[in-house]
Amino acid sequence: MTSIAPDHKPTFASVPIAERLANALPVLLIPILVVLGFLAIGNPSSWLTLTVSGLAMGMMIFVMASGLTLVFGLMDVINFGHGAFISVGAFVGISVLFGLAEWAGAPSLTLNLIAIFLAVLAAMAVTGLLGWAFERVIVKPVYGAHLKQILVTVGGLIVIEQMIHVIWGPEEIFLTRPEMLKGAITFWGAALEKYRLLAVAIGLALFIAMRLVFRRTKIGLIVRAGVENGEMVEALGYRLRIVFVGVFIAGSALAGLGGVMWGLYEEVITAGMGEEMMILVFIVVIIGGLGSVEGAFIGALLVGLLQNYIAFLEPKLALISNIGLMTAILMWRPQGMMPVVKAK
Amino acid sequence: MSDQASDAILKLQNVHTDIAQYHILHGVDLAVERGAVTMLLGRNGVGKTTTLRTIMGLWTAHTGTIHFDTDNITETPTPARARAGIGFVPEDMGIFTDLTVEENMTLAAASGPLSPQRRDWIFSAFPPLKTFWNSEAGNLSGGQKQMLSIARAMAEERKLYLIDEPTKGLAPAIVSTMAAALKELKNQGASILMVEQNFAVAKAIGDYAAVMDDGKIVWSGTMQELATNAALQEQLMGLSMEAAT
Repeated sequence: MTSIAPDHKPTFASVPIAERLANALPVLLIPILVVLGFLAIGNPSSWLTLTVSGLAMGMMIFVMASGLTLVFGLMDVINFGHGAFISVGAFVGISVLFGLAEWAGAPSLTLNLIAIFLAVLAAMAVTGLLGWAFERVIVKPVYGAHLKQILVTVGGLIVIEQMIHVIWGPEEIFLTRPEMLKGAITFWGAALEKYRLLAVAIGLALFIAMRLVFRRTKIGLIVRAGVENGEMVEALGYRLRIVFVGVFIAGSALAGLGGVMWGLYEEVITAGMGEEMMILVFIVVIIGGLGSVEGAFIGALLVGLLQNYIAFLEPKLALISNIGLMTAILMWRPQGMMPVVKAK
Repeated sequence: MSDQASDAILKLQNVHTDIAQYHILHGVDLAVERGAVTMLLGRNGVGKTTTLRTIMGLWTAHTGTIHFDTDNITETPTPARARAGIGFVPEDMGIFTDLTVEENMTLAAASGPLSPQRRDWIFSAFPPLKTFWNSEAGNLSGGQKQMLSIARAMAEERKLYLIDEPTKGLAPAIVSTMAAALKELKNQGASILMVEQNFAVAKAIGDYAAVMDDGKIVWSGTMQELATNAALQEQLMGLSMEAAT
């Protein structure tokens, strides 16, 4: 086929090196922080312990935050009730784990992992279903009205928290990790808790899986395009609302997974744990750039690492380290590290 | 006035559209002929873009009816209108800048993978898209983004194309590429409703014209009729478009 176009050389807006560097900077922040941590801490084995601990914490926060950022990106919905799924996930998952006490207590890694897997599966199924109901009953009537969304989703959060009190009682529940995940392994003189290594592995696997879905599948393309310009996605023939409900369900299920992981990490669960986590989750979503999964991932790792380093170096500063990080990043990039370009 | 009842693929009758508290369309009556290019003309702010968006379902007509082919689509949601065969090229191009050119095209082919023949046809109309197939669409130049926006509409067989100001803000060389591509689309027998401010392009491509003022169609007829009548242009749009070209 011959070209019907007049002959003119295609031009391409070249990206200057400085801009490319600026784009890569958020990703570079993690190694920079790790190196700074190493220099400040001085002791390699303490540094390694703290780094793994920080990464584990970051991965768990990412698991909880990923759904929230997409829900906001796709439909501009601010869901303050997201924390409820974290709590419900933890209670359902830990209950299942209690039911499988024999497997969880057995000195066999396979049986332990099967028990955790079943607990996670149950937690994700329940929170996914709960997310579906939450979207239909609470979120759907307040599309496009941010103030109402905040009020009504906080209301939903309170109702679900109270339901946890009704079902599981008002007391906190203590637990122990499955047998083979207790304790630590020693690596280069550093004590690395086994469970934290597992948390890092799960978080990383999840992030890679999400990236593959977003890059390689059509549904992933629809979600990415929908975050930028939902109207155009509809004009191409896709029903964004259905995609949004799917994302809401998946995001709620991931929050449930995060709840189980966090419960096992802290070895205690309370109805208010999700609400408490939401502060960190919101910080991560905001500094990452609302709607950006990659941004949330980097933000979560930064928050986890910084909190652990500071708690070791200057315990009194640990409480303000994350708010300080958020302030610094927002002063540098008011839209977050990896802002999603919104078509308006 | 020409007889537009002959074989219209799209028909608007007494369409009123509000955006927030503003009443924008005040009873639009418009017919788009099958297999022809209809130009929607008029000054800025008279409701041309709102008309296209109402046809696409992005704004809702609160009064009046819209018929596409034989179906009444007045209440049909946007995705279903797209699936029924309406391709939309919005004024702001609506490119997904975070996605590559290829990913934009993959999404545009909603009912299945983009066929190789169609892809080659699109490459022949817009060679830069081939060059930058794997680049992020956000890095394309303005003209290339517009090419991608039109190419997306061409990714599948459509019964009707709604194209909003395809040459706006483009360099002359790109305008001629665009005009050539639109002409090619027309020669393939496509039905097109297009908003265009560049009168030379409108004249070269248009078969019919409809002129809007204050949210209504105030004149419709053949492009030839309008193009050859400077007094009519003056009366309808307050300027002689011939002089403007």
